[in-house]
Amino acid sequence: MDAHDRATLLSGLSAAVPIWIGYAAVGVPFGVLAAQAGLGTFQIALMSLVVFAGSSQFIAVSLLSSGAPVLPIVITTFFVNLRHLLMSSSLALHLRGLSRWRLSLFAAEITDETFAVNLTRFRGASWDENKAGIVNHTAHLAWIISSMAGGLLGGVIPHGALGIDYALTAMFLALLVLQTTSPLIALVALCSGALAVLISLALPGNWNVILATVFSATAGLVIQDLWPGLSKDSRVAP
Amino acid sequence: MTAEQYLLCIAGMGLVTYIPRWLPLLWLSGREIPPLFVRWLSLVPAGILSALVAPSLVLDQATGRFCLMRPEFLAALPTLAFAWWSRSLGGTVIVGMLLYSLAGRLC
Repeated sequence: MDAHDRATLLSGLSAAVPIWIGYAAVGVPFGVLAAQAGLGTFQIALMSLVVFAGSSQFIAVSLLSSGAPVLPIVITTFFVNLRHLLMSSSLALHLRGLSRWRLSLFAAEITDETFAVNLTRFRGASWDENKAGIVNHTAHLAWIISSMAGGLLGGVIPHGALGIDYALTAMFLALLVLQTTSPLIALVALCSGALAVLISLALPGNWNVILATVFSATAGLVIQDLWPGLSKDSRVAP
Repeated sequence: MTAEQYLLCIAGMGLVTYIPRWLPLLWLSGREIPPLFVRWLSLVPAGILSALVAPSLVLDQATGRFCLMRPEFLAALPTLAFAWWSRSLGGTVIVGMLLYSLAGRLC
């Protein structure tokens, strides 16, 4: 391994640390619930390997334990995870020229968290698909290991120690701030957050992220045409 | 559910989760994207992040009701301020966790 490889590895790993912490905080309780639903450690690991989408796995396990059959679980999973469509579209802008095989591997690792970290980094300089791959695969590994640990250890681990439940929320808040480079983007974010809350209050199911994002980004386009000054980069030049 | 049905269930879940992750990546990364769509996509990430995090701050997990006096929301305001000031991802995660455990004691 030469110096360049080592630098790539290090920056990939350090970008992934918040995701590992957050996944440990979510994966362990998932494993505990899955074990309570009667799944073995290998079965839990298999779901975390193949599906790799936290909220849908929680929902699937609760449906399993209430005796739901296969098809409703699969259909629910589809709708809960449909939001990845938007994330994959945004990432595509930064992954031009990759082989089909590498794109297909990358696609398997798109989660809310890997998307948020990678997209924010891609927008800055010096991020590439190798560093993104390190974030992706180590995050996936952390997810599999922590869900297995939850399955094995059951309720032994104290719940919510050190504010660890807040790790992913704090990470999203930080990435949101880092993403907000113009008044227009701040406006889109505020609109989308408020809409997502209103939609979750009004509609059952998991449509809030998709509907709020599509509406806010579209409204943002209209506003950008009306007031082009709002999309100027507001960061002070270094 | 038998072990075979469980395997079928996981395979189905994996497939329907993979397709929306995979199609746009394969479809869009290989071709010219209309500039209007690129502009639209540039506004999407902030929208997604905000839509993912906002409900978890102000909606009670158990009842689904709107409430601002929650440690999640109270810790979010200084966490956002710290992120703005520091521009640091790792630092914000640590400060956010500390603020959350503090706020949990106040509420």
